[in-house]
Formats: sequence, C-alpha cells, structure tokens
Amino acid sequence: MSERTERLRQESLAAKPSITGERAEIITRFYQQNHDKYSIPVLRGMSFCAIVEQKELWLGERELIVGERGPRPKAVPTFPELTCHSVEDLRILDSRPLTQYKVDPLVIELYQREIIPYWKNRSMRYRMFAELPQEWINAYEAGCFTEFMEQRAPGHTVADGKLYRKGMLDFKADIAHAIAALDFERDPEALDKREELRGMALSCDAVMRWAQRYAELAESESKIASPARRQELLKIAEVCRRVPAHAPRNFHEALQYYWFCHLSVITELNGWDAFSPGHLDQHLWPFYEKELADGSLPREQARELLECFFIKFNNHTAPAKQGVTAAESGTQTDFANINLAGLLRDGSDGCNDLTHLLLEIIDEMHLLQPSSNMQVSRKTPDNVLKHALRVIRKGYGFPSLFNADAVVEEQLRQGKTLEDAREGGCSGCVEVGAFGKEAYILTGYFNLVKMLELSLHRGLDLRTRTQIGANTPDPAAFTSYDDLFAAFETQVRHVVDIKIRGNQLIERLYATRMPHTFLSVITDDCIARGKDYNAGGARYNNTFIQAVGIGSVSDSLSALKEIVFDKKELTLPTFIQILDSDFEGKEILRQRLVNKTHKYGNDDDFADEQMTRTFRMLFEAIDGRPNTKGGAYRLEMLPTTCHVYFGEVCLASPDGRHKGLPLSEGISPVQGVDRLGPTAVLKSAAKMDQVKTGGTLLNMKFSPSLLEGEAGIENLHSLVRSYFKLDGHHMQFNVVNAAKLREAQAKPEQNRDLIVRVAGYSDYFCDLSPALQEEIIQRTEQSSF
Amino acid sequence: MKGCPLSCLWCHNPESRMSHAEFVRMENRCMACGLCNQEELAGRGTRVLSDKDVESCPTGALQKAGLEIEPAALVKLLLRDRVFFDESGGGVTFSGGEPLLQMSFLTETLDLLRAEGVHTALDTCGYAPWRDLQKAAQRSSLVLYDLKLMDGVRHQAATGQSNRIILDNLKALSEIHAGIWIRVPVIPGINDDDGNMGAAARFLSSLAGIRQVVLLPYHHIGEPKFARMGKTYALAGLQAPTLQRLESRAAIFRARGLVTTIGGRP
Repeated sequence: MSERTERLRQESLAAKPSITGERAEIITRFYQQNHDKYSIPVLRGMSFCAIVEQKELWLGERELIVGERGPRPKAVPTFPELTCHSVEDLRILDSRPLTQYKVDPLVIELYQREIIPYWKNRSMRYRMFAELPQEWINAYEAGCFTEFMEQRAPGHTVADGKLYRKGMLDFKADIAHAIAALDFERDPEALDKREELRGMALSCDAVMRWAQRYAELAESESKIASPARRQELLKIAEVCRRVPAHAPRNFHEALQYYWFCHLSVITELNGWDAFSPGHLDQHLWPFYEKELADGSLPREQARELLECFFIKFNNHTAPAKQGVTAAESGTQTDFANINLAGLLRDGSDGCNDLTHLLLEIIDEMHLLQPSSNMQVSRKTPDNVLKHALRVIRKGYGFPSLFNADAVVEEQLRQGKTLEDAREGGCSGCVEVGAFGKEAYILTGYFNLVKMLELSLHRGLDLRTRTQIGANTPDPAAFTSYDDLFAAFETQVRHVVDIKIRGNQLIERLYATRMPHTFLSVITDDCIARGKDYNAGGARYNNTFIQAVGIGSVSDSLSALKEIVFDKKELTLPTFIQILDSDFEGKEILRQRLVNKTHKYGNDDDFADEQMTRTFRMLFEAIDGRPNTKGGAYRLEMLPTTCHVYFGEVCLASPDGRHKGLPLSEGISPVQGVDRLGPTAVLKSAAKMDQVKTGGTLLNMKFSPSLLEGEAGIENLHSLVRSYFKLDGHHMQFNVVNAAKLREAQAKPEQNRDLIVRVAGYSDYFCDLSPALQEEIIQRTEQSSF
Repeated sequence: MKGCPLSCLWCHNPESRMSHAEFVRMENRCMACGLCNQEELAGRGTRVLSDKDVESCPTGALQKAGLEIEPAALVKLLLRDRVFFDESGGGVTFSGGEPLLQMSFLTETLDLLRAEGVHTALDTCGYAPWRDLQKAAQRSSLVLYDLKLMDGVRHQAATGQSNRIILDNLKALSEIHAGIWIRVPVIPGINDDDGNMGAAARFLSSLAGIRQVVLLPYHHIGEPKFARMGKTYALAGLQAPTLQRLESRAAIFRARGLVTTIGGRP
C-alpha cells in the first residue's frame, strides 16, 4: 500500500456508518412538486437528475477516484419511496448494538416534518403490504420465508465489458435510435416504451452531470491546493470531463467510469445487492496491457489506483434494514463482489497479470468491501488458484471459490447462449448470472425446517398459533415414511405457491411503479426492447427462491425414517410431542439423535438420500415456473445469515436440535455433525445436482496449521479441484483463529467437526485434552494475523 | 490396522496395539446416563462391556476401537474417495499398529487397490518376517519405514523388542525397493541424542537405496488416548522438541547426504 492508500484505508475503516437525510429530502420535495406531471419512468429519471444536481459532493483529501453516494463516506441515504422508516425505526438504527447507523436528531426531525407525512401511505412497502394477501402475511410472520423487495429494490446484477467500450453519449444515441424506431401505428406499447426510453436518457444525463460537477469541484479546489495535489485534482477534473460521457481511454478513466455507474445504480434505487464490476481483471486488461507496455502506467501506479477504487466500495455501507429483513441478513456489507479469473467469451482462460495484482491488493487491504471471488475453471492455471489459496489461508474468508465450468453449465440449462454464460459469473454471495444482460433477482429465503414442522402439525404453526400450511393428514395416520414425505412435499408446494403469488404481485409493482432507469441503460436488451430492467427488459430474467436448512431437514428426515419407520422405536405422535416440548426430560434421546443417527455430510447414503430426495422435490416445486418478466423461477441454496433467524422461529427438530437454535447454513452439514473429514463433506454435498441451481454455498473451516507450508496449499488445491470435478458450485474457507478455538472449547457440541493439525497429524479439536487444546490455541494465536 | 509387536513408550495410537477390538471411553462426552453401567464396571469390574453398550451409548462416549471388515468391502469404502486420489496423486496408506501382522488381509487389499490403479503405501515398524515384508513391499509404491533406536538394548527398553530384525529387514528391503522413506521419531531424552542420531545416519547412508528421511517430532496426542483406555502414559510431562533441536537433529542426517525433512513438511 502506498502512504496515500494506507491513509485512505484507515479513514474508511474509522468512519462510522450514519444515516443522511439528503436523498430523502431531495426526492420528497421533487415528488411533492412533480409527481403528477410526468410518466413514471420520466419522473424517476428526473428525480435522479434532481438528486445528483442538489446533493452535497464529497472529495476527500488524497483521493484519486472520486464519488460518494452520501455527503461523506459511510453516510447512507434512505429511499423513502421504497420504504419509509418510522421515527422508532430510526431510533433503533441509532441505538442497536449491532449494525448500528448513527442518526442525527435533525434527520429524525426532517422525517417527522416532511418525509413520513408524504411517504407513509405512498411507499412501495406500504403499497405492497396493502396488496399482499393474508395467507402471505401469515406465512411471512411465521418465518416460512422472507421477502427481499420489502425494503429494497430488485438488484443483484453486475456490469459486463460493454461499459468500457461505450460512453453515456453512445448509450443516449442508442436510446434515440430506439425511440425513432418505435412503431406507433402497430405497436400498442410504443408509447410506454417511449416513456421508458426517455427515462433512461434522463438517467444518462444525470450520471454525466454528476461527473461534470466533480470536474468543476476538482478544478475549483485545485486553485487553493498544494502544487502536488493541484496536479492530481486537475487530473481528476480531466478524467471526469471525459467519463462517463465518453468511453474510457485509459486505466484511470476506466476505473472512474465504472465507479460513476456503480454510484448511479445504488443511488437511483437501493437494489439488494448493490452492484458489482464483474470480471474486473478481464475488463481492465486492455487498458493495463497497453499502458504498461508504453510506460505510461507502471504496475505500482495501477496498484494505487485500484486501491483507491477498493476504498470507494468500503465507504459504501448497505442501506439500513429493519426487523425481519435485518435479521435475515444482519450485515452492513452491501455484497459488491469482484470476479477474478474465469473464462473469456471465446471459452479461453481469462486470467492475466491483473488477476495476480488484484489478489495482492485483496490480501494487503483485506477490506469488508468489495468482496472477491475466483472463478476457477479447468483452464485456470494451478498457480493462479494457489495464489488465491494463499490469500484464503490468511483467514479473511475471501476470495471465495466458484466452479466456472459449472457456472457456465448452470446457465446453459437456463437457456442462455454459451458466450453470454461465459461472460457471466457470480455476484452477491453465490448467485449465477449473465453479467450485463440479466435481471436475476433473489426474492427471499425459504425455511425448509419450518415446512417439515408444518407437515408434523397438519399445517398449523405452533409459535404463531396460525394455520399456515395445507391441512395434511394427521401424522398418527402416516403408515410409511413415504406418507410423511408426501405431507412434507405438500407443505413445501403450498408455501412456495403462497410465496410466488406474493412475488408476482411485488414484481408487477416494481415493473409499473419503480423502474430502474439507469440500470436499464447498461443492461442488454432494455434499450432495444424499450423495457425497464424491472419489467422484463433484460435479455434474461430469472427469479430465485433460496432454500435454507437442507442439512437440518435431511438429518431430521433421516432420524424420523430410522427411529419411527424403520426401527419403530417411537411412534410419530410421541416423537412430535417430544419435539413440541423441546426434548424436556428426554436428553438421552436427544443425545442419541445428535450422535447416533445418520447425518448428511459424512458420505453416508442413508442421510444423503434424504438430502437428494428433498432437493429434487424442491427443484420440481420451484424451477421453471414463470415469473412476470418472461423468465422463470429458479432454486438457490443460500442462507446469508438467515439460518439463524429461521432457527429462532422453529421448534425443536428431529435431528436433536433444540428449539430456537440456528439451522444448518447453505449446503453445509449441520454444525458439528460431519465427523469424517472434509472429503466426506464434499462427497455428500456433491450428491446434490448443483448444476440445476442458481447457486449453492458451502462453508468449510480449517485451522491455520492444517494449511501450513506448500504442502497445505497443495492439499487445499487438490480438495478444491476434486469438489469442482464433482460439479460442486462454490466453496469458501474459514481459517479459524484463536477466538474460534476458545468458542469450540466452550461449546464442543457445536464444534465437533473442527479439525486441527498437531505436528504432522490431525485430530478433532474437541477430542483433544484441555492441555493440548491450550497448546494449539497458543500456536494459533502466534500464527494469527 | 490393529495389533502391534512393539509397545513404544511414545505410542500415539495405543488403541491399535492389541489385535482384538477394545472399548474406549471419551470422558469428555459421557453424560453419565448409566445405560452402559459404567459405575458398576468401574467399581467392581463385574460386568464386561458389549457391543450393545456401544450401540446404546447416546453420546458416543463409549466407542469400540477396531472393526472387522473384508478386503472387498474395505476397498469399496476406500474408493469412495477416488476423486481425491486422482486429483492429488494420493492414495491409501496402510498403517497401524503394524499392518504386517495381518498378511493375507493386507496383500489381498493391496492387490485389489493396485488393480484399481490406486497408489499404495505401507507404513511399518519393520518387525516382521522378511518374507512378509517383502510380499507387502512389492505391492506398495511407497514404504514408510520407522527407525527408532540403533542400540539393541535401548531399543528393547523403549519398544519392548530387539531391533535386530528391523535393521536386517531394512538392509534387505533397500536392495529391492526404490521407494523407501525412513521415519525417525524424535523423542527427547529417549532417542534424540547425538549418539543415536549419528548411528542412524551412518547406517542409513550405508544403504544405497535410501535417500529420504523424515523426522517426526514427539507430540502429546497419545496421552489422552491412554487415559481413555484406562492405561497409564509413561511419558507424562515430556516436552516436545524445539524447532532448533529438530534442525540440529536434521543436520546430522543431512551431513550424511540424506534428504531430511521435519514433520513431513518440506
């Protein structure tokens, strides 16, 4: 890191997230004056112009890449037209111990005076809840599923390479051309399309104006700056006069161009996840290669620019979430995720020296944002993957690793072209999409353990005392495991139907009331179709439902099958009573369920068959169902932190899990029940036909000593390549620190799977003597970072 | 594989010494539910544990060390990990205890694995009839051969057996097998002195076929295992060797032209 980026990094880390009322105030006043004068797309485009025209600009000392969404780093605007925070919401944000946002009393006053009176019965959230049926509300409140668009707009997309080849003036020319080509005689939608296109043109004006204001600011500040800074400010002004109006000519302009696009996407609406640069190493390569060759950009200067660029991401805290939505994703990370390596459009290997440079920067800066991942294909050279593994070994939890060949295959199955699939990749946590050409929207997590619970209670949710599910037969009447599974399937289908009915309504509300004009400009084929990103304008439109708790539900089904139906040791009604009373007085049984029944994650076919059967059933219930955008629903296996919230709303489960405790996360086994090592976990996970999903998430944890030396890297490398050979989608590694080992000492039952290395020999940490545990903790502390 | 002709003081797999299956208790897991009548057993030893007790133990505190399995069934189990063998160039190592105590099982399993193209390795203490070692080594791409003490008396004291067969076998093996790694445990105060290490290095360098030596530092992992089996650990309180000490031991071997690594790592 240079001195400059070290300072900028420290400032970014030190900045505390806060709420700014700036955007809320501008947009509210704009709507008060203009809401009935224009079509909705034009209104949105104009309101975006108003924001960038009136907002306060931040130009930090030492910055080379400029632009903040708020008036200062980590000042997070609100989006009252989507969700209007109450005064109480703001006070909670200001005072909650985790993921806190400071809220100035003046902001609360502004909300009381202007924002709340205007938006409380007009926000998207208000309209949504007014329209959503009671069955949806009940299932939502019971914790059957969550809803992503309840407080945030559809997001989840990523830039492709066209950005670097076209400026906003070029996009405006495309828009003008599309308007000119409209057939007002025969196309009944021509008028709507023209309004959408006009909105898009306005958003191009907005982003160009934003850059122009920065050019003006940098020029005026240059007059009073030190000579060295003056040169930098004049350079910033020059860059901002060029991009984004025109295509970038060099590395610096390319980074600044992307950054204005990023800011525009996340300022116009608050899409979840923010926005991502996609294959940054591939996109920047032509600029870097040329400037490196002609001597105009030494590698260290490229590094500094990239570091300044990274800090910009870290300055942008996620919009503030409330209630269930905060619980399902309890983080201030906004999930911007950079793809490394992967494939080029022609199918060749996409790595270059920037892949290495970016890994070096990720290692040096280890910021929360941007996150990073490597797309590992068969063609990815071993040394590139090993470089990533050396960074992973340090325990930051990134880069995560994806199977680029599987990512292509998954997209081909969804009907995309081979080239578009190769140009795609992963964003957010693990989601697969065709970058720059697709709206792939996560719509909410789906609680699998709750579905099993409903099937054991004829659809009644005991916690909320509400009939949520289908009225399946009395469990006392189940004569076989198949009867039980049939009831489980009925509940899954019933609640998926409720979820999809709600989704369709929400999609249409966004399509008609909340176009994303700027995102539509940069997403193919919105301009050509004259349709918004939120209304099916993108070339591909996939809607995801993310199932949570596959490990917990598989183990629960295995236990029921073994104990109730195969061995007939307990009747189902007795078992259900024990679960309803949270194993009270039944600790011996609970221990046996935890320790002595079949568990997913051990390459145990008995348990794994329940997993594959559940997966197939879920897939049938979700995949291919039409959404409102001409696309289809897809299944994902991803939890973020929702497995904790979903666990809280669930009763005790048949795998021995106590009431209220977390469910398993992603496609990982239940915490601590995988006892046969990482290869068995991978074998179990690979039995899921992951290519049929839009993403799966597998977490593994290792002690640093297990990954020591070149041998550690070699072993990890073989493990990754093996899993990807088996069509695994994703894996990420937690390299545990001393604190984690302390936690394992305190809670051995949840950490039984933690393997540590002891002098060329590995063992389960919790089975070591206290003295040996201490020795290992001390060693870990010594090698911690 | 269970059963070992030696009984090394530093043994870290005491559950593999006896040829028959044994019961092992993990005290830290026991919830004292009484299902296995441990109290009764501890008090008077009137009742012998059975497989049923292991099965009914709800926490898995009571375990059986030892599993009877046919070669074909074992190979089927091992091949579940074939993808990892293929990707890493790894395979199956037969260790113990002492694999050479179960020759017909060992050779049959090795043959089955080799027929499947799986890399095989034999980890042996060398205390076995030459013909057995020869048969097993011929079926193994790699032999990990332990060398503990050069002096016969000291060897007898530390492992319970003389080292004569072990040294003779190694000499013979080095003449017919190209893939031998010598493994020398470094046990402070027992075999880590200059005299023993020097003698071992001299002996090894006199064998033409031997180049690779791995020093295995003493560690405490065996200690709780002895307790679990209700046995006493003779080396309680012994400290692991320092890295500096290990490096100086390695230097003794390197001085003789042997490629020497510590703890299996480069």
